[in-house]
Amino acid sequence: MPYPAYMEGSIKKVEATREKRLKETFARLTDEQKNPLLEEFHPDFIKEAMRELVVGPSKGGRAPLELVDLLEGNARVDPDKIDLNKIDYDVDVLILGFGGAGASAAIMAHQGGAKVMVATKLRLGDANTVGAQAGTQAADRPEDSPIMHYIDTMGGGHGDNLPDLVEALVKDAPSAIKWLEDLGVCWDKNPDGSMHELSGGGASRLRLHSCRDYTGLEEMRVLRDEFRNRKIDFLEYSPAIELIIDDRGKVSGAVLVNMETNELTIVRAKAVVMATGGMGRLHFQGFPTTNHYGATADGLVLAYRAGAELIFIDTMQYHPTGAVYPVQILGQLVTEKVRALGAQLANSEGEQFIMPLEPRDVVASSIIRECRGRNKGIKTPHGEFGVWLDSPMIDLIRGEGTIAREIPAMVRQFGRYDINIIKEPMLIYPTLHYQNGGIKMAADGATTVPGLFAAGEVGGGVHGRNRLIGNSTLDIFVFGRRAGTAAANYVKTAKVGKLTLEHVRRWQKELAKAGIAKSRPISPRLLPDYARQPYDYLAEYAKEMLEPGQIKVA
Amino acid sequence: MTEQTKIVDIYIMGKHYQVPEGLTIMTALEYCGYRLVRGCGCRAGFCGACATVYNLKDDPQLKFDLACQKTVEQDMYLAQIPFFPAAKATYDIEKLEPTGEQVLAVYPLIEKCFGCNTCTKACPQELEVMWYMSDILRGDIPEVMNKSFDCVMCGLCAARCPQGLVPYNYALLSRRLYGKYLAPRSKHLEDRIAEINANKFDADIEKLKKMDKKEIQKKYQTRDIEAAY
Repeated sequence: MPYPAYMEGSIKKVEATREKRLKETFARLTDEQKNPLLEEFHPDFIKEAMRELVVGPSKGGRAPLELVDLLEGNARVDPDKIDLNKIDYDVDVLILGFGGAGASAAIMAHQGGAKVMVATKLRLGDANTVGAQAGTQAADRPEDSPIMHYIDTMGGGHGDNLPDLVEALVKDAPSAIKWLEDLGVCWDKNPDGSMHELSGGGASRLRLHSCRDYTGLEEMRVLRDEFRNRKIDFLEYSPAIELIIDDRGKVSGAVLVNMETNELTIVRAKAVVMATGGMGRLHFQGFPTTNHYGATADGLVLAYRAGAELIFIDTMQYHPTGAVYPVQILGQLVTEKVRALGAQLANSEGEQFIMPLEPRDVVASSIIRECRGRNKGIKTPHGEFGVWLDSPMIDLIRGEGTIAREIPAMVRQFGRYDINIIKEPMLIYPTLHYQNGGIKMAADGATTVPGLFAAGEVGGGVHGRNRLIGNSTLDIFVFGRRAGTAAANYVKTAKVGKLTLEHVRRWQKELAKAGIAKSRPISPRLLPDYARQPYDYLAEYAKEMLEPGQIKVA
Repeated sequence: MTEQTKIVDIYIMGKHYQVPEGLTIMTALEYCGYRLVRGCGCRAGFCGACATVYNLKDDPQLKFDLACQKTVEQDMYLAQIPFFPAAKATYDIEKLEPTGEQVLAVYPLIEKCFGCNTCTKACPQELEVMWYMSDILRGDIPEVMNKSFDCVMCGLCAARCPQGLVPYNYALLSRRLYGKYLAPRSKHLEDRIAEINANKFDADIEKLKKMDKKEIQKKYQTRDIEAAY
């Protein structure tokens, strides 16, 4: 599906301005310029899209409506109907989720001598990690330093990041890269062995380590293989639907459900590592998402119900460049590596409107402004708007063949629809990409609830209010490893008391007291529902809202 | 645009449905009322969960793709392969040699490859699967890494191999051997790790950690920035 004929005029303008733009440097914005841009156009600032939580440990805090609904949701289990004496698995460390963070935690906990088990909602590795393309940050070049990485990360996060976490992130980064290489990850390198590193939005140094544009996939393939070589127990298609807490208030396992049979599994564990990832599939404000099918905030919901504090859950990352045409790949990620290699953004007139390597929230807001505020977007046949990402510039700047070598996944993805990104620009618009916040945690992954650790996207604090490129595929390894190690240490002395679901009883009472039990959905959500039905399925679903104790998944 | 939408006839596991043109196989399944549990992962062409097999009404030749990326066509007969049993060896990467003989020792069945090229034809990433199989046999590990790098491990090559081989696992082992043993080392990486272990940056980071929000933002605004290229 090449571009429709009516877009040709605009594409011609992009081509016509290319020479001029190649020589043009668009100044970085000052804080005084950034703040009004964000306030007017960033989706986080749309007040009607958020509301206050009325129950739970972060009561009074704000979050997107769809997330608040789930956080305030009714449990899927009725404590009276669950027999916690019938334990199916008895382990030291239970890891929930198996993207980069869960895999790292599992390997490290196993290495630390713990008996480990993994439960995951989809298959091992079906996670946002595999979709991460651009790279992983680590300040390892002589021109760079962890100090610069610290400043960039804090600045990108608007100064709100938790300093202890940022320190851990930047100091562990080089050893995380080395750890992955020692396991067999093939980093892009120069012939002398030095890392081939690129710049990224908001970063002051070339610091992105990549594996072509399959960085997350390569990291995940290797970790999954290493995990399987260690013969650690795992259950796929078996998400947790509630944590288990013992009579001394420590997280001591989880109730899992087999999504194909609805059978429950009780796991007793001395510690639980929450590594369940993000929530893009909640489609805040109707945005499409880059996220995998299972990104429905389950980990946040379970941790919150168990008493864990959440932090910065009112801030989401909208990746500036999601595909907006063709419709088959609407919302799918166009890696920031395209801009890191030199491609600029251009509006319908072929004009540049932002320095392409500003932090993501700034770039995303500027694209929304171009389309909604200045009427300089390009309308697609399906009624979406977008601006051009001028990929052909890359070969002009870096030599012919660069695009094919550096971003093969992008060439392949657009090539399927007869768009040749070596010759033609890509049409893009921001897409829901990442939860900047999450479960409040310490530098070893410990949360505010004993026995519960967190790592990866489900955790919060390290990225402040806006994550930089390449810091998420770093975060998952740094904090995955830390949480796995810390959990293995913790279980050496931890004793599990009597298993209970008392917190679920208390939770349901709290919902009833607040008068919201009847009006809130069942959560965790587990999967989005995209199935079209020949009647108004969603209305029917709301009407037949399940009573606690009913598990029905699909 | 709705008045221009054409209807496409498709057959899901033999059953006839009509869907608007332009859907992917995955969104067409959902349009027809299927709520997926298996066979759906990243929905963006990277995880390999949605390996799919189809043919066309008058063309018995099987075709292969990823359901989340392939657009439906008139008279497609669809089936997904959400799981395919495939052998994976267990090994300790620390104890292996980065050679073709080593890969063969871990996976001796590789020798059964008779070069039919069915694996190559099945690959939705259009990788030269049979050719990297012969690279393994020739002991050229860097070339296996290069040719197999964009593999999403969807399993279609293994599903189609008449000899029951699992090319994607052999490629994975080869790439791990390359990354760990054959890729040239990065001295600057080792140096930086040594500096961090010697606490070289601790005092400066401590200072930064004590700064309030205003100070750190000022530091960010005034930092020097290396040219991107």
